[in-house]
Amino acid sequence: MSNKVKIKVENINFFYGKSRALKNISMDIYENQVTAIIGPSGCGKSTFIRLFNRMNDLIPRIRFEGKIYLDSKDIHRPKVDIVDIRRRVGMVFQKPNPFPKSIFDNISYGLKVNGMKGKNVIEERVVKSLKDAAIWNEVKDRLHESALGLSGGQQQRLCIARCLAVEPEVILFDEPAASLDPISTKKIEELIEKLRKEYTIVIVTHNMQQAARISQYTVFLYLGELIEYAPTDELFTVPKNKMTEDYLTGKFG
Amino acid sequence: MKKQLGQNMGFGLLFLCIGTAIFFLGSIIYFIAIRGFQIVSWDFITQVPREAMTAGGVAPAIVGTLYLTVGAVLFSLPLGVACAIYLTEYSPKSFVINIIRMSINNLAGVPSVVFGLFGLAIFVKLFGFGVSILAGCLTLGILVLPQIISASQEALLAVPQSYREASLALGATHWQTIRSTVFPAALPGILTGVILSIGRVAGETAPILFTAATFYNRGFPDSLFSEVMALPYHIYALMTEGTHPQEQTQIAYGCALILLALVLAISAVAIAIRQKHRKAYEQ
Repeated sequence: MSNKVKIKVENINFFYGKSRALKNISMDIYENQVTAIIGPSGCGKSTFIRLFNRMNDLIPRIRFEGKIYLDSKDIHRPKVDIVDIRRRVGMVFQKPNPFPKSIFDNISYGLKVNGMKGKNVIEERVVKSLKDAAIWNEVKDRLHESALGLSGGQQQRLCIARCLAVEPEVILFDEPAASLDPISTKKIEELIEKLRKEYTIVIVTHNMQQAARISQYTVFLYLGELIEYAPTDELFTVPKNKMTEDYLTGKFG
Repeated sequence: MKKQLGQNMGFGLLFLCIGTAIFFLGSIIYFIAIRGFQIVSWDFITQVPREAMTAGGVAPAIVGTLYLTVGAVLFSLPLGVACAIYLTEYSPKSFVINIIRMSINNLAGVPSVVFGLFGLAIFVKLFGFGVSILAGCLTLGILVLPQIISASQEALLAVPQSYREASLALGATHWQTIRSTVFPAALPGILTGVILSIGRVAGETAPILFTAATFYNRGFPDSLFSEVMALPYHIYALMTEGTHPQEQTQIAYGCALILLALVLAISAVAIAIRQKHRKAYEQ
């Protein structure tokens, strides 16, 4: 397993108004690995990964303490280029959220906002992204139709393709299969497994089996605290913490 | 049984209400159409008035209303949309901003004659535009500005937050997100606001009374600084002035019919743009 640290989280705390959503979390996220974040609903999983691309900035009355380093650079340092951070750290959301535009325009959007010019270059990248996201065969004859006409699972893979198009280094998945049927879920899982070779992946899921199937590392969060962080096969077979064991065996959740 | 009866009564009541509304709307259109069609002809639309308003056509008034309406919308649409974008997307949620929002909403309720006085004081006198198309367009534009801002704000707020997140997450700037995602998604809603304003602008008499309108023009306006005839004011003038009430009333009905048709036509253009846009953006 690779040991190069892609994202380093150092003693972070996060507050919504007065309520503390994340408590003293420190951990390393390794390059080209899938790191799964599990835990019951409302334990701060989404809040946590939304710090990596500074998506929480959109929410009023929040407070953040601590440091998060992307390739050893603090992403909360003053004068940091947030737009660049977001390009490098892509995100796939829980609910598929394609733009109400054509399939082609959904993918080319990220290229255009990042200044890519030239019809051919853009077209090539769109095709490549759709192929990489394993949706090309389903959409190649309808690239200029609305993305909203796709099924939920297709929309989610389109969103993954859209994310791949801007060539991020890290991809954050926020419960990407939560609203999908089992077959679509399986496709997404296979895709994530494949994408690991080129990207660093962090996935939030409340589905423990999913974490076990696709991740190399797993973090268990509970009420904003990091309870246990270990290679997935260790955490699922020999959890060191009693709470982790209880959660995995379904004693609470 | 009792539930069923309640439901039937409910539906019956609603049906009665919609029936009443349709009856009145229908009779307005019916009466105007019946009386209007007696006089409306090709000449009525294309000729200038003759013989002290008792004969000839009302072409200058049609042209004037068209100028005033289009001009007012061209002025207030970009301004109103820009204000709405600032208020919904950029402004911090502060006390001052809330006051501004409230003021805008209240402005929408100010009687139009007050806007007319304002236009007279500011555009006609202070800016020295005189009684002119320009002053009229600006006055009418300001009259519908609150309406356009409110409609645009509603439309912008209705854009799902997930679109904004998706765009930002791809490395788009706030401005790119607004321009390429939020605004296009809000456009149909904004255009709905515009369509409503068109009817209002075209039909208003009070705001142009002191700022743009004249009862009689020999021909067509030749610059932005000309006075113009306008349909609603012309109707008012025909019914209150002059010495041939018989003929004048008939002409007034003709004007009313044309005004209705004109509003419909301009709205149709806006609706067509909206539909085309919806098709491009949604399924």
